[in-house]
Amino acid sequence: MLAIKTYNLSKRFKDLLAVDDVNLEVEEGECFGLLGPNGAGKTSLIRMITAVSPPTGGDIQVLGKDLKTHSRQAKAILGVVPQMDNLDLDLTVLQNLTTFARYFNITKDEARRHSMEVLSLFELENKSNSHIKELSGGMKRRLLLARGLINTPKILVLDEPTIGLDPQAKYLVWHKLTELRSQGVTQLLCTQNMEEAAVLCDRVAIMHQGRIPSVGAPNDLISNYVGDKVWEIEVNHGEREETVKNLENHGLDFEDVGDKIQVFYVATDDMPMGLGDFAERVRGRPATLEDVFFRITGRSLAE
Amino acid sequence: MKPFSWRCIRVWQRNRDVFFRLWRAEAPGFVVEPILILLAMGWGLGTYIGLVDGQKYIEFIAPGIIASYAMFSASFECTYGSFTRMEYQKTHDAILATPLSVEDITAGEIFWGATRSFMTGTVILAIAAAFQLVLSPWAALIPVLAFLAGIMFASIALLFTSIVPSIYSFNYYFTLFITPMFFFSGVFFPLSSFPEIVQSLSWIAPLTPVVHLSRALISGEFHSNIFWALALIVALTALFFSISLVTMRRRLTI
Repeated sequence: MLAIKTYNLSKRFKDLLAVDDVNLEVEEGECFGLLGPNGAGKTSLIRMITAVSPPTGGDIQVLGKDLKTHSRQAKAILGVVPQMDNLDLDLTVLQNLTTFARYFNITKDEARRHSMEVLSLFELENKSNSHIKELSGGMKRRLLLARGLINTPKILVLDEPTIGLDPQAKYLVWHKLTELRSQGVTQLLCTQNMEEAAVLCDRVAIMHQGRIPSVGAPNDLISNYVGDKVWEIEVNHGEREETVKNLENHGLDFEDVGDKIQVFYVATDDMPMGLGDFAERVRGRPATLEDVFFRITGRSLAE
Repeated sequence: MKPFSWRCIRVWQRNRDVFFRLWRAEAPGFVVEPILILLAMGWGLGTYIGLVDGQKYIEFIAPGIIASYAMFSASFECTYGSFTRMEYQKTHDAILATPLSVEDITAGEIFWGATRSFMTGTVILAIAAAFQLVLSPWAALIPVLAFLAGIMFASIALLFTSIVPSIYSFNYYFTLFITPMFFFSGVFFPLSSFPEIVQSLSWIAPLTPVVHLSRALISGEFHSNIFWALALIVALTALFFSISLVTMRRRLTI
């Protein structure tokens, strides 16, 4: 069974079509990454999948249950870690978790036990009686993650879970997410961090202007969109035109990115044919998901 | 309109827990202030006022003070309180990611607002009883009336909360709606002392039937209009409760 499936899903806000006819399939047990620039529609898509926002058109199924008719059941098996901190400021750290557990109808003793468990998972156990105001940004984010696990979810939906975290905390979170995945918890991970997507995700979708033009394993996307290696030529202002002409003559796929020109789809370790002319100014490096991201979503700011 | 479920109790419990952590900050407004008004108006001003039937002025205003402060409690809770939870603290957004629905949140907020009215009404009733201002055993029903009136005022307040753009809009709510009711619903003077037109207008005000019922329960003197008063409260409650379920859904699910 699919963990999440959307059929022709769309969301319109007045003049803006935030999500445009999206068909998404997330397999049970996988970590699925959702990448895209700001304003691509990721958060709108996630809000619909978590039954917080009603779709303008289309359908969503969560573990086979239609969200239109079974939103309560779906929400009971979803764990949500929102991008915006919405911790309960009127309650302590522990009360935040036990109160949240009560929304899921978890008994008092069980709520307390499990709250301490998820707190220690994110190394917050000695903060249990602190007020939310006393927490640092990183601690709040870890508490949001702990809260997302309070109902032992089958599917975890994470919107930028490591944003604003220091490297130590980021690796802690990555480690915990990897552990959860090995326990069979499906994850839908929305992120701007390409490294995070490459490390954690089995498959990623790149979202652009409300659509999802490409889905696949990170390595497959890299080979399909840029090849395994990217060659970069540093160009001075005067020689740009000549360089471009030269590359065109050799039939190479390239992109002018300002201070340099990137050449794609040349997998050889040696300098490919046609680039020898620029020998001193050419450097090869492994292609990354970020290269794919730029190729699909462009380099200009979306908003 | 979608119905709410028993799960609204979870929102009520959340608000209760927070209230009993912070209640010391709330007590002056809803315990001390009504006592001051009762004493200042009742003893101070009351010395100069002779009522037609020889009733003491402080006795006359006590039921209205109970009704008014029940109104204030639910109104403050479901305007400033609910708005803060909804807009600033995003508490409702967080709850929406759990099995609770918007309707559960709405009903939970309203029932909590009504509970505030219940608590305020009960405390002032006890104080009035201590001053020997309670004349009839029917007054034991005052907490029930306060809760019922609380549902009505909480529903009206939450409806307003669900449509206002900012927290400053509540100035209008209190200055143009709540405060006029406090003065023109028969709390401080019998409605019959107003011109005809004000008398009819004051029957539209939701506080008027509450004051009538409160006065009847405390004095033990029942007139036929108490049935109208009760019917009016029930009708207004049903109306505003239903509308707020719809407008809150519109506000919270975008």
